[in-house]
Amino acid sequence: MTLSHPTESLVGRRWKRPPFIANPMLRWCLALGAAIYLAVAFGTMEVNWSRVADGLPRAQRFLSSFFPPDFTSRAEDIFDGILESLWMTVISTVVGIAISIPVGLGAARNLSPRPVYLFSRAVLAISRTFPEIIVALFAVKLFGFGPFAGFLALSLGTIGFYGKLLAEDIEDMDPVQAEAVKATGSSWFQWLNYAVQPQVMPRMIGLGMYRFDINFRESAVVGIVGGGGIGATLLTSFDRYEFDSSAAILLIIIGIVMVVEYSSGYVRRWVQ
Amino acid sequence: MPVNEKNGLKAWQRRDRNSQLLIWAIQFAAVAIFVYCWQLISDKTIWMFVTDAPRQAADMASRMIPPKWDYLSTLWMPVWDTITIATLGTLMAIVMAFPIAFLAARNTTPSKTFIRPIALFIIVSSRSINSLLWALMLVMVIGPGVFAGVLAIGFRSIGFCAKLLYEAIEEIDETQVEAVTATGANGPQILNYGIVPQILPAFAGISVFRWDINIRESTVLGLVGAGGIGLQLNASINTVTWTQVSVILLVILGTVIVSEWVSAKVRHAII
Amino acid sequence: MLRLDTLVKQYKTGDLALKGIDLEVPDGQVMALIGPSGAGKSTLIRCVNRLVEPTSGKVSLNDMELTTLSQGRLRKVRRRIGMIFQEYALVERLTVMENVLTGRLGYVSFWRSYFRKFPQSDIDEAFRLLARVGLDHMADKRADELSGGQRQRVGICRALIQDPELLLVDEPTASLDPKTSRQIMRLIRELCAERKLSAIINIHDVLLAQMFAERIVGLQLGEIVYDGPPDGLTPDVLTQIYGEEDWEATIEKVDDEDEVEDELIGVEPALGSG
Repeated sequence: MTLSHPTESLVGRRWKRPPFIANPMLRWCLALGAAIYLAVAFGTMEVNWSRVADGLPRAQRFLSSFFPPDFTSRAEDIFDGILESLWMTVISTVVGIAISIPVGLGAARNLSPRPVYLFSRAVLAISRTFPEIIVALFAVKLFGFGPFAGFLALSLGTIGFYGKLLAEDIEDMDPVQAEAVKATGSSWFQWLNYAVQPQVMPRMIGLGMYRFDINFRESAVVGIVGGGGIGATLLTSFDRYEFDSSAAILLIIIGIVMVVEYSSGYVRRWVQ
Repeated sequence: MPVNEKNGLKAWQRRDRNSQLLIWAIQFAAVAIFVYCWQLISDKTIWMFVTDAPRQAADMASRMIPPKWDYLSTLWMPVWDTITIATLGTLMAIVMAFPIAFLAARNTTPSKTFIRPIALFIIVSSRSINSLLWALMLVMVIGPGVFAGVLAIGFRSIGFCAKLLYEAIEEIDETQVEAVTATGANGPQILNYGIVPQILPAFAGISVFRWDINIRESTVLGLVGAGGIGLQLNASINTVTWTQVSVILLVILGTVIVSEWVSAKVRHAII
Repeated sequence: MLRLDTLVKQYKTGDLALKGIDLEVPDGQVMALIGPSGAGKSTLIRCVNRLVEPTSGKVSLNDMELTTLSQGRLRKVRRRIGMIFQEYALVERLTVMENVLTGRLGYVSFWRSYFRKFPQSDIDEAFRLLARVGLDHMADKRADELSGGQRQRVGICRALIQDPELLLVDEPTASLDPKTSRQIMRLIRELCAERKLSAIINIHDVLLAQMFAERIVGLQLGEIVYDGPPDGLTPDVLTQIYGEEDWEATIEKVDDEDEVEDELIGVEPALGSG
C-alpha cells in the first residue's frame, strides 16, 4: 500500500492500451498473413459480375413469389414430402440415439477399458467427419432412392453428434457421487442407473431435442441427392421454376423448425 | 404422495400413481409413433436393395482400391476453394450477425415490439434453411461458382452466429453496464465499454466454432454447383471413377481433421 | 445541494419502493443511508441519477431539476455524479486504466474513446488517482486479476475522475472482509473531505455507518424513519428501523490486531487534486 512513485513523476506519463498480442513481431506477422490470405482468397474467387447481373431479375422474381407463396397447387406433394421428412427425422433420431448410448458409454474414458475406448472413439470420429449429405449420396447408391437412405445418413450423423457429447458429459460428471454409489456394492448396471444416469440425463434430453431439430433441417436436403423427404419436392419445384411453391415449402420448413425449437425449449425447462 | 400407508406399513414408491400413469402413457405413445413411422418408411423401401447392400458395398469398396494418387495434384485448387468458401462465408456471417444480435437481444434492442421480432425472424429463417438449399437458390440466381458458395455459407451462418451471440448478450452482467451508464457515457460508448468487452470471448469462440462447421459444409456445396471439392466428388461419382472418389474422400477427411485441430488450437489461445 | 421532493417509485410489479421521500443533502456532507434489505436504499440512490426512473416527485441538484431532463442533458448531469457500486461493477475484461478512464467517457467523443485516445490531462489524473489509492503499478492489469479491495479502489477512482460534486455509494463493502471494508470506508471518507464532496452511502452495517458518516438516515419500507447524528442511533431507534430483525447481526466484528494495520492506509498525505 506504499507509493511507488512521487506523484510529480506521474504527470505526463503516457498510456496506451496494452496490445492483445504482446509480441510485436508476432502481431505484425499475423496481421500481414491475414491480409495476404484475404487478398489471395478474394483474388481466386472469380466473380462473374455480368452473370450476377443477369441473375438479378430472376432473384427479383424469386423474391416476389414469396408474396404470396403458393401452398395449394402442389399441396399434395408438399404434404407427402413434409410427412416423409418428419418420419425420417423421428426414426433416425430414435435409432441414432439408441445406438449412440452404448457407443458413448464406450467412449467415456472414466468408464471403459482402453481398447473399447479407442474403438468407440474411432467410430465417433468416422461418423462425425463426413457431412450427412455425402453419406446420403453413398446410401442412395447402395440402398436405392427413397427415405431409407436418408434415414441411414441422419442416423449416422446422430451417432457421431450424440455419442461424442454423451461421452464428454460422462467424463465431466462428479466422480464423488459415482464413487459413493459404487461403494454400496452395486452392480455395473445398477451403478450406471443410479450414479451416471441422473447426472447426465437432463442435458442429454435437451441435446436429443436439439438433434431432432438438426435432423429435420438435414432431412430437407438429403432429398437433393435422392434420399427422400421434402428436399426432393423442393428440388422439383426449383427445376420447374415454380418459385411460389418453393417459397411455400421454405416457409413451412421455417415454421416447423420454429415449432420444434420452441417446444424443445419448453421440454428442456420441464426436465430441469 | 410417494409414501403410502398400507396395513400400518409405509410403502415407498418412486412416483405417485398419476404421474406413473402419465409416464407410461408417454412411453406408450412414443413407441407407437416410432412403430408407425417405421412402417411408413419400410413401405417406401425396396427391401431387396437393402438385403443386397452389403454385397454392393463390398463391390464399391473393392473398386475404390487402390486410390488413384496422381489425381491428388488436380485437387489442390478445389481444396483451396473449399477453405476460401468457409473462411469468407464465416467472415461475412459474423460481420452481419454482430448488429443483428444486438437488435435481437432483449436488453439491447431498440424496440421490443417492432425490431426484435424482425431480427428474430431473420435469425430463424437463416438457420432453418440448410446451406445446401441456400447454395441451390444462389446458383440459380447468380450462377455456379465459389461466389455462390461464399454467400450460401454466409447466409446460413448469420442465424447461427447471431443466435449464439444474442444469447451471450442477454447473459451479460448488467451492473457493469449500469456503472458505465452512470458516468454519463452515450449509447455507442456504453456499447463499446460496457457490453462489447463482456461478449468478446463468446464472439471469438462462436466464430471459430462456426468456421470449423463451415469447412465441413463447404465440402458438399459443389454437389449443386457452388464450388469447392464437392464439384469433383459429384463428377467422379457420375463418371463412376471410384478410384478418384476414394482420393477425394481421403482429402475431405484430412481437411476436416486439420480444420478441427486448428479451431481447437485457436479457441484454446483465445479463451 | 441535493434535494429530493416527495420522491415516489413504484415498480412495474406494483411494489412501492419509495413512498414520498423528502431529503436534503447539503454540500460537503457525508450521509449514510441505513435500513434492512428491501427498504428502498438502492432504489433511492438510483433515482438520483435516474438509473431507475422515479414515478413521481422531484430530484434537484444545485437547483437543477433532474427528473425532467432529456437524455442528452441527463448524460451531462451524470458526469457530475460519481457512483460506486456493490460488487465493484468494474468491466472485468478491461484493464484497470481503461476502467478508470471510463469515468471520462462523458467528456470525450465516441471516436476518441473508441481508439482509447484520451487527453493527456485525463491520463495524468488517472495515474494520480491510482497512485492515491496505491494501485498505479497495476494500471495495465486486467480488472478480473485484482482482489476485492483493489477492485473497489479502482471503482472509487472511476467515480472520482468524473470530477463529481456528489458521490452515490451503493453498499461499497458488501462483498469485502471486515478489515478491507473499514479501509474502503475510510478512503471514501477522506477523499470526500479532500474534495469537499457530498455523498450518500448505502450501507447495511450500522457500526460502519456510525464510524464514518456525519449524518444517518434510516429507511424502512420506503419511508424515512430516522434522520439525525450517528450517536442518536439508540437501540430503540435501530429496532424501529430494522423491525424484528436483529440489527446487531449486521455489524461485522473486526479483530483488534487488524485495527493497527488498518491505520496504514490513513497515513498517506492527501494528494488528490483539488
